[in-house]
Amino acid sequence: MIKKIKYFFNWILLLGSTLLVCLILGVILWDIFSKGRSAVSWDFISQFPTNGMTKGGILPAIVGTLLLTFITTIFAVPFGVACAIYLNEYARPSVLTNIIRASIRNLAGIPSIIYGLFGLALFVQALHLGTSVLSAGLTLGLLSLPYIITTTEEALKRIPNSMREATLALGATQFETIKDVVVPKALPGILTGVILTMSRAAGETAPILFTGVAFYINGISASPNQEFMALPYHLYMLSTQHQAIEQVRPLAYGTASVLILLVFILNIIAFYIRFKHRTQE
Amino acid sequence: MSIKKREHTDWLLKKIFKATGLITIALLAGIFLMLLYNSIAFFADVKPLDFFTGSQWDPESNKSKYGIAPLLVSTGLVTLGAMLIAIPLGIFTAAYLSEFAHPKVKTILKPLIEMLAAIPSVAIGFLGIVLVGPGIAKIFGIANGLNAFNGSVLLAVMALPTIITISEDAINAVPLSHREASLALGANKWQTIFKVTLPAALPGLIAAVMLGLGRALGETMTVLMATGNAAVMPKGFLDAVRTITATIAIEMGEVPYRTTHYFALFAIAVILFIITLIINLLGEYFANRLRKFHA
Repeated sequence: MIKKIKYFFNWILLLGSTLLVCLILGVILWDIFSKGRSAVSWDFISQFPTNGMTKGGILPAIVGTLLLTFITTIFAVPFGVACAIYLNEYARPSVLTNIIRASIRNLAGIPSIIYGLFGLALFVQALHLGTSVLSAGLTLGLLSLPYIITTTEEALKRIPNSMREATLALGATQFETIKDVVVPKALPGILTGVILTMSRAAGETAPILFTGVAFYINGISASPNQEFMALPYHLYMLSTQHQAIEQVRPLAYGTASVLILLVFILNIIAFYIRFKHRTQE
Repeated sequence: MSIKKREHTDWLLKKIFKATGLITIALLAGIFLMLLYNSIAFFADVKPLDFFTGSQWDPESNKSKYGIAPLLVSTGLVTLGAMLIAIPLGIFTAAYLSEFAHPKVKTILKPLIEMLAAIPSVAIGFLGIVLVGPGIAKIFGIANGLNAFNGSVLLAVMALPTIITISEDAINAVPLSHREASLALGANKWQTIFKVTLPAALPGLIAAVMLGLGRALGETMTVLMATGNAAVMPKGFLDAVRTITATIAIEMGEVPYRTTHYFALFAIAVILFIITLIINLLGEYFANRLRKFHA
């Protein structure tokens, strides 16, 4: 009998933990979306901020985040995919590949604020790109590299060796095998990783603090050498630095809603691609 | 295209692909050397002993003081609290997912955990200001809920997805034969879980905790927004604190270029870098042990 109670207690412990984790997610989403809903409107996402940020919308922050994510992606993806191809297709296990893999794992563990410092030293100062969306995008690109490499390598690993061998036996060179058979076959997996990287880049704040983000810019420009507004930084400023902090709270909730929605949409797309691809296999 | 030309392309691209691999090594080394280079200028101005043992961080005053201790203690306190919450919660959830959850339940729960992981840190910090902080102030009857405990709760939430996912992989990796042997000897399901499965997965669980710990230590925005930002030695979880990451984030934006204060921020970044590197290497060591154990 005592044993039964003990086992019941164990059961509650495990199930309760799981339910608590779900509850946390529920509370986060409920709080932000229920209070953000009234702030989010078409005007909110299509207008400039007005009256010292107490009214109006967040259009420049949305545009800035999209531009930033775009720069991050076009820099990090080719680089990361190339590195994954080297590791999975060309390199034989050796001391060198062990060092490369260890570097990648450790790069993934470096705090994002340190990437911010590195971006400041390398892109802003040493390469004279200044505080700009380009510097910030490149900084986020470096931060994303280990992630892209890992997800791409996993996608490449799933391609059966028999496919490579068949192509090589037909007389294709190794690069032709990769270009025409391996990468196209692994594309859904690679794409999933790319979209998840974009979603992470869109939500990052620390690495862009010193590399180009601004609280307010006048007008929208697609030029990569200017400072920019970004959704996460906007949320940070509205919730901690604004002089009328209680007054702008609904706008902060609205910004948080838009940011989380953007990130979730990207995640759902990635999830859908992965799901569809797996069921096809 | 002639065979020669095709082979030449192949050779050239192989070199290019290899170069990207080498650049990742250069990047890790470059980050470390950049931090080190800038902190050398700092240690020319401030004695290393004062830096490591000084109990005050006050670069703005006339007699500027650069003691890292309050920042280190703050970082340690917030992270410790986060781990005390996240480790049991994460491992129990992982055990439930891998040992009990129906496959259909799992297909719902796993995306939910991914969603939790996807929420940007700045949004978690925002909730620390508007929801968790005020809640803590009410429960403990204090004026302001922006303190170390608030940071711990939020960082625990952020570390949870990492700990759950990797712990679940570790528990799944325990061969079924272990469980079957235990059950065949007459042990029941609970004895099997607590005395066989979880101990066998232990290296993997430690690796999961290390990665979660690394994530919590390096987190910036959440602690910057939710822990009150007082760079003084904290006495307990209900004091306002300021972590290393938050200090860099606040002060780097305001400090004049190439002053002692500027270099000081690189010096504390080196310390943070080394701590996270050690934790990552430890995590990797335990992950490898698990792999060898099951190979």
